[in-house]
Amino acid sequence: MLIGFLILLLFQFAGELIVVVSGLPVPGPVVGMVLLLAGLIVKGDVPDYLRIPSEALLKHLALLFVPAGVGLMTHFGLLQQDWLAILTALIISTALTIVVTALILNPSARKLQALSQSEPGEDDR
Amino acid sequence: MEFWTFFAAKPLMWLIVTITTFIATSWLNRRLGGTPLLHPVLVSLFLIIVFLLLTGTSYETYFEGAQFIHFLLGPATVALAVPLFDHFERVKKLLLPLLLACMAGAVTAAASALLVAQALDASLGTLLSIAPKSVTSAIAIGVAEKLGGYPSLASGLVLITGALGCMLAPPIYRILNITDEAVKGFTLGVSAHGMGTAFAFEYGLMAGAFGGLAMGMTGAFTAFMLPLLVSLLGIG
Repeated sequence: MLIGFLILLLFQFAGELIVVVSGLPVPGPVVGMVLLLAGLIVKGDVPDYLRIPSEALLKHLALLFVPAGVGLMTHFGLLQQDWLAILTALIISTALTIVVTALILNPSARKLQALSQSEPGEDDR
Repeated sequence: MEFWTFFAAKPLMWLIVTITTFIATSWLNRRLGGTPLLHPVLVSLFLIIVFLLLTGTSYETYFEGAQFIHFLLGPATVALAVPLFDHFERVKKLLLPLLLACMAGAVTAAASALLVAQALDASLGTLLSIAPKSVTSAIAIGVAEKLGGYPSLASGLVLITGALGCMLAPPIYRILNITDEAVKGFTLGVSAHGMGTAFAFEYGLMAGAFGGLAMGMTGAFTAFMLPLLVSLLGIG
């Protein structure tokens, strides 16, 4: 558990380091996540000491958004000024995103079905 | 009065307020059948902000306590690699159509939101905060910060987008005649991140799994794509 948590922090640190050195305009933790994913793909499985703290954190992910979200109280002026633009943009773009994604993926629906119905070991051909 | 001043200045108190409010709103949301409109985070934000305003507490004071929770967002974002790896192992043979759908969806989400908001004269700070609205807050907060937007505004817009996605998806699926569970789940994950994924589980386990995959892929892709898109559109 503790080792797994340390691994997460080290990957985050590596991500932050890469961002600082390269000047990439990407959050450090996202780079850390990509590095960890690459590491897991190379390793081939997720050890329990990493899975347990990861799933514990992700189980309560929503709570972690609260402190930043409360910062909305510092932006009332901005919201008052831009609320119509914000709401219109969110509604139009969310609907468009659903349409585009669903239409692109729908032709592959049967293959996705077949894949999810096969047993995990079965698709290692 | 002195009693209040003593406790309000202690970071511990805001830590307790945050966790207690979240537990209470999560319980309430479950009792109400998990409706995305009263998502525990949205209700928590509302209650905590009202409480801070009523007690005359500044956000800085609140954050002195809440930062200990906020800090965990970093390692939690890294931990998203674990479920992403699990899903990746299952679907690697069909990665191409999934990647294509994810990338097209992510670009559509950001570009259309930016263009509409720009056309309606939104300010620069709003534009840069709206751009990452369809990815999980874990990533959107960091992305907004990097772009020069407001992380807290971004996290609020992410939640509203999540609720909108859950409301808009079912009628759109009916109109477009989308019946496949995997397609429905994946689309919800791309357009409405974790809230869409939670909603997708109501279509079935497979829809939920594809939603989780879509959420991780979209988040990672968007973080790298947005800086390019923003400069391409000449914003910022």
